[in-house]
Amino acid sequence: MKKIVALLLVLVMACALFAACGEKKSEGSQSDKPAGEVKPFVIGGIGPLTGGAATYGNAAKNGAEIAVEEINALKGDVQFTLYYEDDEHDPEKSLNAYNTLKDKGLQILLGTVTTSPCIEVSAQANADRIFELTPSASSTDVLGGFEDESGNITIARKDNVFQMCFTDPNQGIASAEYIKTNNIGTKVAVIYKNDDAYSTGIYQKFISQAAKVGLEVVSITTFTADTATDFSVQLADAKNNGADLVFLPIYFEPASLILAQANSMGYEPAFFGVDGMDGILTMKNFDVSLAEGVFLLTPFSADAEDEQTKNFVSTYQSKFGEIPNQFAADGYDTVYALYNAIKKGNLTSDMTNAELCEKLIGIFTSADFKFDGLTGSGVTWATTGEVSKAPKAVVIKDGVYVGYNG
Amino acid sequence: MNFLNSLIGGISLGSIYAIIALGYTMVYGIAKMLNFAHGDVIMVGGYVCYLAMFNLGLPAIPAILIAMAVCTVLGIVIEGLAYRPLRQASSLAVLITAIGVSYFLQNAALLIWGSNPKVFTSVINIPAKSLFDGQLVIKGESFVTVSVCIIIMIGLTLFTRYTRAGKAMRAVAEDKGAAQLMGINVNFTISLTFAIGSGLAAIAGVLYCSAYPILTPTLGSIPGIKSFIAAVLGGIGSIPGAMLGGILLGVIEILSRAYISMELSDAIVFGVLIIVLLVKPTGLLGKKIREKV
Repeated sequence: MKKIVALLLVLVMACALFAACGEKKSEGSQSDKPAGEVKPFVIGGIGPLTGGAATYGNAAKNGAEIAVEEINALKGDVQFTLYYEDDEHDPEKSLNAYNTLKDKGLQILLGTVTTSPCIEVSAQANADRIFELTPSASSTDVLGGFEDESGNITIARKDNVFQMCFTDPNQGIASAEYIKTNNIGTKVAVIYKNDDAYSTGIYQKFISQAAKVGLEVVSITTFTADTATDFSVQLADAKNNGADLVFLPIYFEPASLILAQANSMGYEPAFFGVDGMDGILTMKNFDVSLAEGVFLLTPFSADAEDEQTKNFVSTYQSKFGEIPNQFAADGYDTVYALYNAIKKGNLTSDMTNAELCEKLIGIFTSADFKFDGLTGSGVTWATTGEVSKAPKAVVIKDGVYVGYNG
Repeated sequence: MNFLNSLIGGISLGSIYAIIALGYTMVYGIAKMLNFAHGDVIMVGGYVCYLAMFNLGLPAIPAILIAMAVCTVLGIVIEGLAYRPLRQASSLAVLITAIGVSYFLQNAALLIWGSNPKVFTSVINIPAKSLFDGQLVIKGESFVTVSVCIIIMIGLTLFTRYTRAGKAMRAVAEDKGAAQLMGINVNFTISLTFAIGSGLAAIAGVLYCSAYPILTPTLGSIPGIKSFIAAVLGGIGSIPGAMLGGILLGVIEILSRAYISMELSDAIVFGVLIIVLLVKPTGLLGKKIREKV
């Protein structure tokens, strides 16, 4: 009897294991097989499709899928096969996902979506000479070649890596300037996640820029992945120091807890988030009134009136049933930027990865390569890998983003 | 005032730890095993309550009762399938199994409910009370958690002291073999312990999610471990000890975050465990057990 039970248990466990594997595989979805004799470019994306940061990964994946479908439907001489792998916002899993993509014949990498995994993967992609354009990993460590506070370059420039999104320093600086020039707050509290490269990166630049523009920072508090539930101490510190604005360079999941706890303790400052705040309104069962008046940075707003945005938003809505956020737009733009670059250089999919990489680096850094997308027009890339795009602040009103003009 | 606010925050966090620790301490005291899957039963409780409220549209009280029923059954099933076959095995084997069950529950939840965080709406409708012109704010959740914790502690103490089943539990805790000889059904008693512990875990889950309203498949692991420390601090096996340990630990955590270091607060919490084990291994209210040779 005991043996039978034990056997049954083993079977159940094994089934669960395989079930998990099965699901993982199906996530590496393959978009429409291109028609004709054109051999498609194999492009691969990596991002958190499950886990706390899944909103970002899924949005970027959905955006990229739409772009790939549109391009393949043109039946031109540039076709794409897109594979997408899940990394659960974990650097180690991200490297595994990257290796899986390589096994599938990866030629160009679209990713990864989040910063910490991207720092690891971009180093590997650099060694492998695979061109990488990340939709949304915004840290300068992703690119390498930037000085830290003490003026040393700890990570050398990875010349194959380019960003579709604005960088963290950019976000930190832009936030401080926005708050100062629009006079949104005078006494600022910062709550950041100090075991996360993305959050600390923005925080450092924000603080130094705040000092430059004369913005008074009265409270600086932190949390980690393990203490991301109770924010009473951080909020009390902000409140007691008289902060009238709380700057949150963090993801929306802890941010939603902060909003809820501030509300229940009767503390009502202005909240200012960065791109990680995008997605808060799509959380299941989230009380959007908590996010009323929250600021965030985004290069994309779904209510823009231009033709391209309208088409994208309606396709996205009919396909995925929600309004796209900036990560979806970044994912979409990433594919189109690659498409334009490939067209421009007359690249073919039978080139080696190293050849493609060198050619693409040349095109992306050339002065006459300009890209018009959802997240900006006339966009160019510097040799540092940064994109020339300005962060825009929006404010949440009645559950939708509204442009903020002072 | 600042200190009082932190203290109240600590007590309300601590009383959630205390309810979880009660489950740990019951199971350890009676079955002499550490049920590391206890934290994950909390997570299941939170999810079931969420589903009952938002997918079935039930009001809070029936939803909590359903969560309790599901967790109670889950506790009995876990005990029957995973721990009962190991009754005679070494305690190390049971411990490893418990960790296995914990991972199993987390991953099962990941498969069933997905990993996108869900936002829980507090089941507690008591508004926050502010004193001294809003300088001191006590949340409705804090009132409820502390009182629920006290009620459960008193209830459990009376239950184990005066009811037949409770006496059977104490007998099993003292000597399994002798209890069996006296005609006590040991397996049933241990199952009952798991049932009660898991039912309490459901309550803890609902209260935890009301205070920190985000549901993820791993939400139980950190409070589970901290409550285990609370149970050790109070004296594992002792019901009032679990409550005292839980509240103390919550207060230590919040105060050290407010006054010592935000980064080191977890290190301090786990440091408490080490100090207790070095100085008074039986915990604050634990009984000293003399080993008969």
